[in-house]
Amino acid sequence: MSVFQALYLVAAALFILALKWMSAPATARRGVISGEVGMLLAVVGTLLRHEVVNYEWIIVALLLGAAIGVPLAVLMPMTAVPQRTAISQACGALASALIGTAEYYHRHPSGFIMVALAVEILLGFLTFTASLMAFGKLHEILPSRPITYKGQNYVNLILFVVAIGIAGALVVRPEQAGLFPAFVLLALTFGVLLIIPIGGADMPTVIALLNSYAGLSASAMGFALDNKLLIIAGALDGSSGLILSIIMCRAMNRSFTNVLFGAFGQLQTSAAATEAKPVRSASPEEAAAILEDARTVVIIPGYGMAVAQAQHKIRELYDSLTKRGIDVRFAIHPVAGRMPGHMNVLLAEADVPYDKLIEMEDINSDMGMTDVALIVGANDIVNPAAQNDPTSPIAGMPILDAYKARTVMIIKRGMSAGFAGIDNELYYRPNTLMLFGDAKSFVTSLVKEVGATAHA
Amino acid sequence: MNYEFGLYVFMLAAFLGFELIRRVSPLLHTPLMSLTNAIASISVVGAILISGEDNASLLSRILGFIAVVAATTNLVSGYLITDRMLKMFKKREPVKK
Repeated sequence: MSVFQALYLVAAALFILALKWMSAPATARRGVISGEVGMLLAVVGTLLRHEVVNYEWIIVALLLGAAIGVPLAVLMPMTAVPQRTAISQACGALASALIGTAEYYHRHPSGFIMVALAVEILLGFLTFTASLMAFGKLHEILPSRPITYKGQNYVNLILFVVAIGIAGALVVRPEQAGLFPAFVLLALTFGVLLIIPIGGADMPTVIALLNSYAGLSASAMGFALDNKLLIIAGALDGSSGLILSIIMCRAMNRSFTNVLFGAFGQLQTSAAATEAKPVRSASPEEAAAILEDARTVVIIPGYGMAVAQAQHKIRELYDSLTKRGIDVRFAIHPVAGRMPGHMNVLLAEADVPYDKLIEMEDINSDMGMTDVALIVGANDIVNPAAQNDPTSPIAGMPILDAYKARTVMIIKRGMSAGFAGIDNELYYRPNTLMLFGDAKSFVTSLVKEVGATAHA
Repeated sequence: MNYEFGLYVFMLAAFLGFELIRRVSPLLHTPLMSLTNAIASISVVGAILISGEDNASLLSRILGFIAVVAATTNLVSGYLITDRMLKMFKKREPVKK
Protein backbone atom coordinates (compact mmCIF):
# COMPACT_ATOMS: atom_id res chain seq x y z
CA MET A 1 0.00 0.00 0.00
CA SER A 2 1.47 3.32 -1.05
CA VAL A 3 1.31 6.56 0.91
CA PHE A 4 -1.61 8.07 -0.96
CA GLN A 5 -3.69 4.93 -0.50
CA ALA A 6 -3.11 5.07 3.26
CA LEU A 7 -4.11 8.74 3.28
CA TYR A 8 -7.26 7.95 1.27
CA LEU A 9 -8.20 5.27 3.80
CA VAL A 10 -7.82 7.68 6.71
CA ALA A 11 -9.74 10.35 4.79
CA ALA A 12 -12.66 7.95 4.21
CA ALA A 13 -12.77 7.16 7.93
CA LEU A 14 -12.71 10.87 8.78
CA PHE A 15 -15.66 11.55 6.45
CA ILE A 16 -17.66 8.84 8.21
CA LEU A 17 -16.76 10.31 11.60
CA ALA A 18 -17.71 13.76 10.32
CA LEU A 19 -21.27 12.59 9.62
CA LYS A 20 -21.41 10.69 12.90
CA TRP A 21 -20.41 13.74 14.92
CA MET A 22 -22.83 15.87 12.97
CA SER A 23 -25.72 14.14 14.74
CA ALA A 24 -25.74 16.45 17.78
CA PRO A 25 -24.99 20.16 18.21
CA ALA A 26 -22.42 19.44 20.93
CA THR A 27 -20.16 17.44 18.62
CA ALA A 28 -21.09 18.99 15.26
CA ARG A 29 -18.12 21.35 15.02
CA ARG A 30 -15.78 18.46 15.67
CA GLY A 31 -17.49 16.80 12.72
CA VAL A 32 -16.67 19.73 10.44
CA ILE A 33 -13.03 19.66 11.50
CA SER A 34 -12.92 15.93 10.86
CA GLY A 35 -14.34 16.50 7.38
CA GLU A 36 -11.83 19.28 6.71
CA VAL A 37 -8.86 17.15 7.77
CA GLY A 38 -10.19 14.29 5.66
CA MET A 39 -10.40 16.53 2.61
CA LEU A 40 -6.92 17.93 3.25
CA LEU A 41 -5.46 14.41 3.44
CA ALA A 42 -7.26 13.47 0.23
CA VAL A 43 -5.88 16.49 -1.64
CA VAL A 44 -2.34 16.08 -0.27
CA GLY A 45 -2.42 12.36 -1.00
CA THR A 46 -3.49 13.05 -4.57
CA LEU A 47 -0.78 15.66 -5.10
CA LEU A 48 1.79 13.10 -3.90
CA ARG A 49 0.74 10.49 -6.47
CA HIS A 50 3.45 9.83 -9.01
CA GLU A 51 0.98 10.24 -11.92
CA VAL A 52 0.63 13.89 -10.97
CA VAL A 53 3.59 15.76 -12.42
CA ASN A 54 2.27 19.18 -13.47
CA TYR A 55 1.73 21.26 -10.38
CA GLU A 56 1.72 24.88 -11.60
CA TRP A 57 -1.80 25.03 -12.94
CA ILE A 58 -3.21 22.89 -10.17
CA ILE A 59 -1.84 25.26 -7.54
CA VAL A 60 -3.21 28.27 -9.46
CA ALA A 61 -6.60 26.56 -9.74
CA LEU A 62 -6.66 25.63 -6.05
CA LEU A 63 -5.85 29.20 -5.06
CA LEU A 64 -8.41 30.60 -7.48
CA GLY A 65 -11.09 28.27 -6.13
CA ALA A 66 -10.24 29.27 -2.56
CA ALA A 67 -10.34 32.94 -3.55
CA ILE A 68 -13.90 32.49 -4.86
CA GLY A 69 -14.98 30.15 -2.07
CA VAL A 70 -13.92 32.21 0.94
CA PRO A 71 -16.02 35.32 0.18
CA LEU A 72 -18.90 33.07 -0.88
CA ALA A 73 -18.92 31.60 2.63
CA VAL A 74 -17.91 34.59 4.74
CA LEU A 75 -19.92 37.39 3.15
CA MET A 76 -23.12 35.44 2.54
CA PRO A 77 -25.98 36.51 4.84
CA MET A 78 -27.62 33.61 6.66
CA THR A 79 -30.94 34.20 4.90
CA ALA A 80 -29.12 33.39 1.63
CA VAL A 81 -27.91 29.98 2.79
CA PRO A 82 -30.27 28.07 0.46
CA GLN A 83 -28.94 30.00 -2.56
CA ARG A 84 -25.36 29.44 -1.49
CA THR A 85 -25.94 25.72 -1.16
CA ALA A 86 -27.43 25.67 -4.66
CA ILE A 87 -24.52 27.55 -6.25
CA SER A 88 -21.95 25.48 -4.40
CA GLN A 89 -23.72 22.34 -5.54
CA ALA A 90 -23.61 23.62 -9.12
CA CYS A 91 -19.81 24.04 -8.83
CA GLY A 92 -19.29 20.52 -7.48
CA ALA A 93 -21.52 18.99 -10.14
CA LEU A 94 -19.82 20.95 -12.91
CA ALA A 95 -16.45 19.69 -11.71
CA SER A 96 -17.44 16.05 -11.88
CA ALA A 97 -19.15 16.49 -15.26
CA LEU A 98 -16.05 18.16 -16.75
CA ILE A 99 -13.76 15.46 -15.37
CA GLY A 100 -15.99 12.85 -16.97
CA THR A 101 -15.82 14.70 -20.28
CA ALA A 102 -12.04 14.93 -20.13
CA GLU A 103 -11.84 11.22 -19.29
CA TYR A 104 -14.01 10.34 -22.26
CA TYR A 105 -11.84 12.19 -24.78
CA HIS A 106 -8.55 11.29 -23.17
CA ARG A 107 -8.86 7.62 -22.32
CA HIS A 108 -11.33 6.31 -24.92
CA PRO A 109 -13.08 4.18 -22.28
CA SER A 110 -15.23 1.14 -22.91
CA GLY A 111 -17.42 -1.34 -21.07
CA PHE A 112 -18.10 -0.73 -17.41
CA ILE A 113 -15.95 2.39 -17.25
CA MET A 114 -18.04 3.93 -20.01
CA VAL A 115 -21.21 3.12 -18.05
CA ALA A 116 -19.76 4.84 -14.98
CA LEU A 117 -18.69 7.83 -17.06
CA ALA A 118 -22.12 8.14 -18.65
CA VAL A 119 -23.76 8.18 -15.19
CA GLU A 120 -21.20 10.69 -13.93
CA ILE A 121 -21.63 13.03 -16.90
CA LEU A 122 -25.43 12.79 -17.02
CA LEU A 123 -25.90 13.46 -13.29
CA GLY A 124 -23.11 16.04 -13.25
CA PHE A 125 -24.41 18.22 -16.07
CA LEU A 126 -28.07 17.93 -15.13
CA THR A 127 -27.29 18.79 -11.50
CA PHE A 128 -25.21 21.72 -12.71
CA THR A 129 -28.00 23.42 -14.67
CA ALA A 130 -30.69 22.32 -12.21
CA SER A 131 -28.75 23.85 -9.31
CA LEU A 132 -28.24 27.05 -11.25
CA MET A 133 -31.98 27.18 -11.93
CA ALA A 134 -32.68 26.50 -8.25
CA PHE A 135 -30.27 29.32 -7.39
CA GLY A 136 -32.14 31.65 -9.75
CA LYS A 137 -35.48 30.76 -8.20
CA LEU A 138 -34.24 31.04 -4.61
CA HIS A 139 -32.51 34.33 -5.31
CA GLU A 140 -35.64 35.50 -7.12
CA ILE A 141 -33.83 36.28 -10.36
CA LEU A 142 -36.27 33.81 -11.86
CA PRO A 143 -39.95 33.63 -10.92
CA SER A 144 -40.35 31.22 -8.00
CA ARG A 145 -43.85 30.22 -9.10
CA PRO A 146 -43.93 26.92 -10.98
CA ILE A 147 -43.99 27.35 -14.75
CA THR A 148 -46.00 24.70 -16.55
CA TYR A 149 -47.14 24.04 -20.07
CA LYS A 150 -49.19 21.35 -21.73
CA GLY A 151 -47.41 18.03 -22.14
CA GLN A 152 -44.51 19.16 -19.95
CA ASN A 153 -44.02 15.77 -18.33
CA TYR A 154 -44.02 14.06 -21.74
CA VAL A 155 -41.40 16.44 -23.09
CA ASN A 156 -39.21 15.75 -20.04
CA LEU A 157 -39.77 12.04 -20.27
CA ILE A 158 -38.93 11.91 -23.98
CA LEU A 159 -35.81 13.99 -23.42
CA PHE A 160 -34.70 11.70 -20.62
CA VAL A 161 -35.32 8.55 -22.64
CA VAL A 162 -33.35 9.99 -25.58
CA ALA A 163 -30.46 10.88 -23.25
CA ILE A 164 -30.45 7.34 -21.84
CA GLY A 165 -30.61 5.97 -25.38
CA ILE A 166 -27.57 7.97 -26.46
CA ALA A 167 -25.74 6.90 -23.31
CA GLY A 168 -26.55 3.30 -24.20
CA ALA A 169 -25.25 3.78 -27.74
CA LEU A 170 -22.05 5.29 -26.35
CA VAL A 171 -21.57 2.34 -24.02
CA VAL A 172 -22.02 -0.14 -26.85
CA ARG A 173 -19.78 1.77 -29.25
CA PRO A 174 -17.77 4.41 -27.34
CA GLU A 175 -15.95 5.53 -30.48
CA GLN A 176 -19.05 7.37 -31.75
CA ALA A 177 -17.63 10.68 -30.55
CA GLY A 178 -20.21 12.61 -32.58
CA LEU A 179 -22.92 11.50 -30.16
CA PHE A 180 -21.09 12.80 -27.12
CA PRO A 181 -21.87 16.55 -27.47
CA ALA A 182 -25.53 15.69 -28.04
CA PHE A 183 -25.49 13.70 -24.80
CA VAL A 184 -23.99 16.63 -22.88
CA LEU A 185 -26.51 19.05 -24.39
CA LEU A 186 -29.43 16.81 -23.45
CA ALA A 187 -28.18 16.47 -19.87
CA LEU A 188 -27.84 20.25 -19.56
CA THR A 189 -31.30 20.88 -21.02
CA PHE A 190 -32.90 18.23 -18.86
CA GLY A 191 -31.54 19.93 -15.73
CA VAL A 192 -33.22 23.20 -16.71
CA LEU A 193 -36.55 21.59 -17.62
CA LEU A 194 -36.60 19.60 -14.39
CA ILE A 195 -36.64 22.74 -12.23
CA ILE A 196 -38.97 24.94 -14.31
CA PRO A 197 -42.20 23.42 -12.91
CA ILE A 198 -41.00 23.42 -9.30
CA GLY A 199 -42.25 26.11 -6.95
CA GLY A 200 -40.46 27.88 -4.13
CA ALA A 201 -41.91 25.88 -1.25
CA ASP A 202 -40.82 22.60 -2.83
CA MET A 203 -37.22 23.77 -2.88
CA PRO A 204 -36.24 21.96 0.36
CA THR A 205 -36.97 18.63 -1.31
CA VAL A 206 -35.35 19.56 -4.59
CA ILE A 207 -32.17 21.00 -3.08
CA ALA A 208 -31.75 17.83 -1.04
CA LEU A 209 -32.35 15.68 -4.11
CA LEU A 210 -29.80 17.62 -6.17
CA ASN A 211 -27.34 17.20 -3.31
CA SER A 212 -27.89 13.48 -3.66
CA TYR A 213 -27.29 13.59 -7.45
CA ALA A 214 -24.02 15.50 -7.01
CA GLY A 215 -22.85 12.81 -4.60
CA LEU A 216 -23.86 9.99 -6.92
CA SER A 217 -22.00 11.70 -9.74
CA ALA A 218 -18.83 11.81 -7.62
CA SER A 219 -19.37 8.17 -6.72
CA ALA A 220 -19.68 7.22 -10.39
CA MET A 221 -16.41 9.05 -10.98
CA GLY A 222 -14.91 6.79 -8.32
CA PHE A 223 -15.91 3.78 -10.43
CA ALA A 224 -14.47 5.33 -13.57
CA LEU A 225 -11.16 6.17 -11.89
CA ASP A 226 -11.09 3.05 -9.70
CA ASN A 227 -10.91 5.23 -6.61
CA LYS A 228 -12.58 3.87 -3.47
CA LEU A 229 -12.41 7.17 -1.60
CA LEU A 230 -14.52 8.86 -4.28
CA ILE A 231 -17.00 5.96 -4.19
CA ILE A 232 -17.37 6.22 -0.41
CA ALA A 233 -17.57 10.01 -0.13
CA GLY A 234 -20.01 10.18 -3.05
CA ALA A 235 -22.18 7.42 -1.60
CA LEU A 236 -22.32 9.17 1.79
CA ASP A 237 -23.46 12.38 0.10
CA GLY A 238 -25.85 10.50 -2.15
CA SER A 239 -27.60 8.74 0.70
CA SER A 240 -27.66 11.87 2.83
CA GLY A 241 -29.37 13.92 0.13
CA LEU A 242 -31.83 11.14 -0.56
CA ILE A 243 -32.83 10.65 3.06
CA LEU A 244 -33.29 14.39 3.58
CA SER A 245 -35.54 14.66 0.55
CA ILE A 246 -37.56 11.69 1.80
CA ILE A 247 -37.96 13.43 5.17
CA MET A 248 -39.11 16.60 3.36
CA CYS A 249 -41.61 14.67 1.25
CA ARG A 250 -43.04 12.97 4.32
CA ALA A 251 -43.39 16.32 6.06
CA MET A 252 -45.64 17.41 3.20
CA ASN A 253 -47.38 14.05 2.84
CA ARG A 254 -46.41 13.98 -0.84
CA SER A 255 -44.56 11.53 -2.98
CA PHE A 256 -41.36 12.15 -4.92
CA THR A 257 -43.16 12.02 -8.24
CA ASN A 258 -45.69 14.51 -6.97
CA VAL A 259 -42.98 16.99 -5.96
CA LEU A 260 -41.02 16.57 -9.19
CA PHE A 261 -43.85 16.36 -11.68
CA GLY A 262 -46.91 17.60 -9.81
CA ALA A 263 -46.25 21.35 -10.22
CA PHE A 264 -47.85 22.20 -6.89
CA GLY A 265 -49.26 25.67 -6.48
CA GLN A 266 -51.28 25.61 -9.66
CA LEU A 267 -54.56 25.47 -7.83
CA GLN A 268 -54.65 29.02 -6.56
CA THR A 269 -56.85 30.31 -9.37
CA SER A 270 -59.73 28.01 -8.49
CA ALA A 271 -59.36 28.34 -4.73
CA ALA A 272 -58.87 32.10 -4.66
CA ALA A 273 -62.58 32.73 -5.19
CA THR A 274 -63.59 32.40 -1.55
CA GLU A 275 -66.27 34.57 -0.04
CA ALA A 276 -65.20 37.33 2.30
CA LYS A 277 -65.48 36.00 5.83
CA PRO A 278 -65.09 38.20 8.90
CA VAL A 279 -61.71 38.20 10.60
CA ARG A 280 -60.66 39.77 13.85
CA SER A 281 -57.55 41.87 13.80
CA ALA A 282 -55.57 43.50 16.57
CA SER A 283 -53.17 46.40 17.01
CA PRO A 284 -49.64 45.97 18.39
CA GLU A 285 -50.83 47.35 21.78
CA GLU A 286 -53.61 44.78 22.07
CA ALA A 287 -51.38 41.96 20.91
CA ALA A 288 -48.65 42.95 23.36
CA ALA A 289 -51.15 43.00 26.22
CA ILE A 290 -52.27 39.45 25.38
CA LEU A 291 -48.66 38.28 25.19
CA GLU A 292 -47.88 39.83 28.57
CA ASP A 293 -50.79 37.99 30.19
CA ALA A 294 -49.72 34.65 28.79
CA ARG A 295 -47.77 32.04 30.69
CA THR A 296 -46.74 29.96 27.70
CA VAL A 297 -46.07 31.29 24.21
CA VAL A 298 -45.14 29.27 21.14
CA ILE A 299 -43.69 31.16 18.19
CA ILE A 300 -44.12 29.52 14.78
CA PRO A 301 -41.79 30.93 12.13
CA GLY A 302 -42.12 30.40 8.39
CA TYR A 303 -40.49 31.57 5.20
CA GLY A 304 -42.09 34.99 5.68
CA MET A 305 -39.81 35.54 8.67
CA ALA A 306 -36.78 34.94 6.48
CA VAL A 307 -38.08 37.26 3.76
CA ALA A 308 -38.76 40.05 6.27
CA GLN A 309 -35.42 39.37 8.07
CA ALA A 310 -37.43 39.44 11.28
CA GLN A 311 -35.40 36.85 13.22
CA HIS A 312 -33.41 39.40 15.27
CA LYS A 313 -36.51 41.32 16.29
CA ILE A 314 -38.18 38.05 17.22
CA ARG A 315 -35.26 37.25 19.43
CA GLU A 316 -35.74 40.63 21.18
CA LEU A 317 -39.39 39.77 21.71
CA TYR A 318 -38.31 36.40 23.07
CA ASP A 319 -35.94 38.21 25.47
CA SER A 320 -38.48 40.66 26.84
CA LEU A 321 -41.14 37.98 27.28
CA THR A 322 -38.71 35.58 28.94
CA LYS A 323 -37.64 38.32 31.32
CA ARG A 324 -41.22 38.57 32.48
CA GLY A 325 -41.17 34.89 33.36
CA ILE A 326 -43.17 33.80 30.32
CA ASP A 327 -42.19 30.43 28.85
CA VAL A 328 -41.41 31.06 25.17
CA ARG A 329 -40.57 28.29 22.74
CA PHE A 330 -40.30 27.98 18.98
CA ALA A 331 -42.13 25.33 16.96
CA ILE A 332 -40.24 24.27 13.86
CA HIS A 333 -42.01 22.51 11.01
CA PRO A 334 -39.66 20.34 8.93
CA VAL A 335 -40.47 22.13 5.66
CA ALA A 336 -40.64 25.69 6.98
CA GLY A 337 -38.38 27.81 4.79
CA ARG A 338 -36.52 27.03 1.62
CA MET A 339 -34.16 24.26 2.70
CA PRO A 340 -34.16 21.57 5.40
CA GLY A 341 -33.54 23.18 8.79
CA HIS A 342 -33.66 26.73 7.40
CA MET A 343 -35.55 28.23 10.39
CA ASN A 344 -33.17 26.74 12.93
CA VAL A 345 -30.16 28.38 11.31
CA LEU A 346 -31.85 31.79 11.14
CA LEU A 347 -32.96 31.69 14.78
CA ALA A 348 -29.57 30.40 15.90
CA GLU A 349 -28.01 33.31 14.03
CA ALA A 350 -30.21 35.64 16.07
CA ASP A 351 -28.87 33.98 19.26
CA VAL A 352 -31.96 32.04 20.20
CA PRO A 353 -30.73 29.10 22.32
CA TYR A 354 -31.23 25.93 20.31
CA ASP A 355 -32.90 24.02 23.13
CA LYS A 356 -35.87 26.38 22.62
CA LEU A 357 -36.29 25.24 19.01
CA ILE A 358 -38.74 22.36 19.25
CA GLU A 359 -39.61 19.88 16.53
CA MET A 360 -43.17 19.40 15.37
CA GLU A 361 -43.74 15.97 16.95
CA ASP A 362 -42.51 17.16 20.33
CA ILE A 363 -44.42 20.43 20.57
CA ASN A 364 -47.79 19.42 19.13
CA SER A 365 -48.77 17.63 22.33
CA ASP A 366 -48.21 20.86 24.28
CA MET A 367 -50.21 23.07 21.93
CA GLY A 368 -53.46 22.53 23.83
CA MET A 369 -51.85 23.95 26.96
CA THR A 370 -50.36 26.95 25.18
CA ASP A 371 -51.78 30.40 25.87
CA VAL A 372 -50.60 32.12 22.70
CA ALA A 373 -49.38 30.72 19.40
CA LEU A 374 -47.69 33.52 17.47
CA ILE A 375 -47.33 32.70 13.78
CA VAL A 376 -44.79 34.72 11.83
CA GLY A 377 -44.80 34.33 8.07
CA ALA A 378 -46.10 30.77 8.00
CA ASN A 379 -49.32 29.60 6.39
CA ASP A 380 -49.76 26.09 5.01
CA ILE A 381 -47.84 24.44 7.85
CA VAL A 382 -50.51 25.57 10.35
CA ASN A 383 -53.56 25.13 8.11
CA PRO A 384 -56.08 22.87 9.89
CA ALA A 385 -57.54 21.93 6.49
CA ALA A 386 -54.72 19.40 6.28
CA GLN A 387 -56.43 17.50 9.08
CA ASN A 388 -60.14 18.04 8.56
CA ASP A 389 -60.69 18.64 4.84
CA PRO A 390 -59.93 15.48 2.85
CA THR A 391 -60.43 17.36 -0.43
CA SER A 392 -57.78 19.97 0.37
CA PRO A 393 -54.59 19.80 -1.74
CA ILE A 394 -52.59 19.58 1.48
CA ALA A 395 -54.84 16.93 3.08
CA GLY A 396 -52.82 14.59 5.25
CA MET A 397 -49.84 16.91 5.52
CA PRO A 398 -48.57 16.96 9.11
CA ILE A 399 -49.12 20.43 10.58
CA LEU A 400 -48.29 22.32 13.73
CA ASP A 401 -51.50 22.29 15.78
CA ALA A 402 -51.47 26.05 16.37
CA TYR A 403 -55.28 26.14 16.36
CA LYS A 404 -55.31 24.28 19.69
CA ALA A 405 -53.71 27.21 21.49
CA ARG A 406 -56.02 29.46 23.53
CA THR A 407 -55.22 32.46 21.34
CA VAL A 408 -53.71 32.32 17.88
CA MET A 409 -52.00 35.44 16.55
CA ILE A 410 -50.90 35.58 12.93
CA ILE A 411 -48.59 38.26 11.60
CA LYS A 412 -49.34 38.62 7.92
CA ARG A 413 -49.20 41.30 5.25
CA GLY A 414 -52.69 40.64 3.98
CA MET A 415 -55.22 37.92 3.44
CA SER A 416 -53.50 36.31 0.45
CA ALA A 417 -53.32 32.53 0.29
CA GLY A 418 -50.13 30.63 0.97
CA PHE A 419 -47.91 28.76 -1.43
CA ALA A 420 -50.38 25.95 -1.91
CA GLY A 421 -52.91 28.56 -2.94
CA ILE A 422 -55.52 27.48 -0.45
CA ASP A 423 -57.48 29.51 2.01
CA ASN A 424 -56.56 29.02 5.64
CA GLU A 425 -59.59 28.51 7.90
CA LEU A 426 -57.37 29.29 10.86
CA TYR A 427 -57.75 32.99 10.01
CA TYR A 428 -61.49 32.89 10.60
CA ARG A 429 -61.54 31.05 13.90
CA PRO A 430 -63.01 32.92 16.88
CA ASN A 431 -59.77 32.56 18.87
CA THR A 432 -57.63 33.96 16.05
CA LEU A 433 -56.30 37.50 15.86
CA MET A 434 -54.80 38.76 12.63
CA LEU A 435 -51.89 41.14 13.06
CA PHE A 436 -51.62 42.90 9.71
CA GLY A 437 -48.26 44.31 8.71
CA ASP A 438 -44.71 43.55 7.75
CA ALA A 439 -43.31 40.87 10.07
CA LYS A 440 -40.24 42.87 11.04
CA SER A 441 -41.96 46.18 11.77
CA PHE A 442 -44.85 44.50 13.57
CA VAL A 443 -42.55 42.54 15.86
CA THR A 444 -40.55 45.74 16.44
CA SER A 445 -43.70 47.48 17.70
CA LEU A 446 -44.54 44.44 19.82
CA VAL A 447 -41.10 44.61 21.43
CA LYS A 448 -41.63 48.33 22.11
CA GLU A 449 -45.03 47.76 23.69
CA VAL A 450 -43.86 44.90 25.90
CA GLY A 451 -40.76 46.87 26.92
CA ALA A 452 -42.77 50.03 27.65
CA THR A 453 -45.15 48.37 30.08
CA ALA A 454 -42.27 46.58 31.76
CA HIS A 455 -40.74 49.88 32.77
CA ALA A 456 -44.00 51.59 33.73
CA MET B 1 -10.46 -3.27 -12.76
CA ASN B 2 -12.49 -5.03 -10.18
CA TYR B 3 -15.75 -3.11 -10.28
CA GLU B 4 -17.66 -5.77 -8.42
CA PHE B 5 -15.59 -4.90 -5.36
CA GLY B 6 -16.36 -1.22 -5.99
CA LEU B 7 -20.09 -1.95 -6.03
CA TYR B 8 -19.83 -3.64 -2.64
CA VAL B 9 -17.96 -0.62 -1.28
CA PHE B 10 -20.68 1.65 -2.70
CA MET B 11 -23.48 -0.40 -1.20
CA LEU B 12 -21.91 -0.51 2.26
CA ALA B 13 -21.12 3.22 2.22
CA ALA B 14 -24.66 4.06 1.10
CA PHE B 15 -26.22 2.03 3.93
CA LEU B 16 -23.79 3.52 6.42
CA GLY B 17 -24.75 6.99 5.15
CA PHE B 18 -28.45 6.24 5.67
CA GLU B 19 -27.89 5.07 9.22
CA LEU B 20 -25.70 8.04 10.12
CA ILE B 21 -27.95 10.68 8.57
CA ARG B 22 -31.10 9.25 10.15
CA ARG B 23 -29.64 10.08 13.53
CA VAL B 24 -28.97 13.72 12.74
CA SER B 25 -31.31 16.05 14.62
CA PRO B 26 -33.57 18.13 12.30
CA LEU B 27 -32.12 21.12 14.12
CA LEU B 28 -28.92 20.61 12.14
CA HIS B 29 -30.31 19.73 8.73
CA THR B 30 -29.02 22.87 7.03
CA PRO B 31 -25.42 22.55 8.30
CA LEU B 32 -25.62 18.83 7.52
CA MET B 33 -26.51 19.62 3.93
CA SER B 34 -23.65 22.03 3.50
CA LEU B 35 -21.27 19.51 5.09
CA THR B 36 -22.27 16.67 2.79
CA ASN B 37 -22.18 19.15 -0.08
CA ALA B 38 -18.60 19.98 0.91
CA ILE B 39 -17.71 16.28 1.17
CA ALA B 40 -19.03 15.77 -2.38
CA SER B 41 -16.32 18.16 -3.54
CA ILE B 42 -14.05 15.13 -3.19
CA SER B 43 -14.27 15.27 -6.99
CA VAL B 44 -11.31 17.66 -6.61
CA VAL B 45 -9.23 14.46 -6.41
CA GLY B 46 -10.32 13.43 -9.90
CA ALA B 47 -9.80 16.97 -11.15
CA ILE B 48 -6.22 17.04 -9.90
CA LEU B 49 -5.50 13.64 -11.45
CA ILE B 50 -6.87 14.75 -14.84
CA SER B 51 -5.01 18.04 -15.02
CA GLY B 52 -1.76 16.86 -13.44
CA GLU B 53 -1.03 13.96 -15.74
CA ASP B 54 2.17 14.01 -17.77
CA ASN B 55 0.59 13.23 -21.13
CA ALA B 56 -2.60 15.22 -20.59
CA SER B 57 -4.02 16.79 -23.75
CA LEU B 58 -4.79 20.49 -23.96
CA LEU B 59 -8.50 19.70 -23.65
CA SER B 60 -7.90 17.67 -20.47
CA ARG B 61 -5.82 20.50 -19.05
CA ILE B 62 -8.47 23.14 -19.70
CA LEU B 63 -11.35 20.99 -18.42
CA GLY B 64 -9.22 19.86 -15.49
CA PHE B 65 -8.32 23.43 -14.59
CA ILE B 66 -11.97 24.56 -14.57
CA ALA B 67 -12.88 21.43 -12.60
CA VAL B 68 -10.23 22.11 -9.93
CA VAL B 69 -11.43 25.72 -9.57
CA ALA B 70 -15.11 24.67 -9.35
CA ALA B 71 -14.49 21.82 -6.92
CA THR B 72 -12.26 23.97 -4.70
CA THR B 73 -14.90 26.71 -4.62
CA ASN B 74 -17.44 24.12 -3.48
CA LEU B 75 -14.99 22.67 -0.95
CA VAL B 76 -13.80 25.89 0.66
CA SER B 77 -17.16 27.65 0.83
CA GLY B 78 -18.91 24.47 1.96
CA TYR B 79 -16.68 23.84 4.95
CA LEU B 80 -16.40 27.50 5.94
CA ILE B 81 -20.12 28.17 5.95
CA THR B 82 -20.88 24.94 7.81
CA ASP B 83 -18.53 26.02 10.55
CA ARG B 84 -19.95 29.55 10.53
CA MET B 85 -23.45 28.16 10.99
CA LEU B 86 -22.50 25.75 13.75
CA LYS B 87 -20.78 28.50 15.72
CA MET B 88 -24.17 30.15 16.05
CA PHE B 89 -25.85 27.19 17.71
CA LYS B 90 -25.61 27.96 21.42
CA LYS B 91 -27.40 26.23 24.21
CA ARG B 92 -27.43 28.80 26.97
CA GLU B 93 -28.17 32.47 26.85
CA PRO B 94 -25.07 34.40 25.88
CA VAL B 95 -23.86 36.78 28.59
CA LYS B 96 -25.32 40.21 27.96
CA LYS B 97 -23.30 43.36 28.10
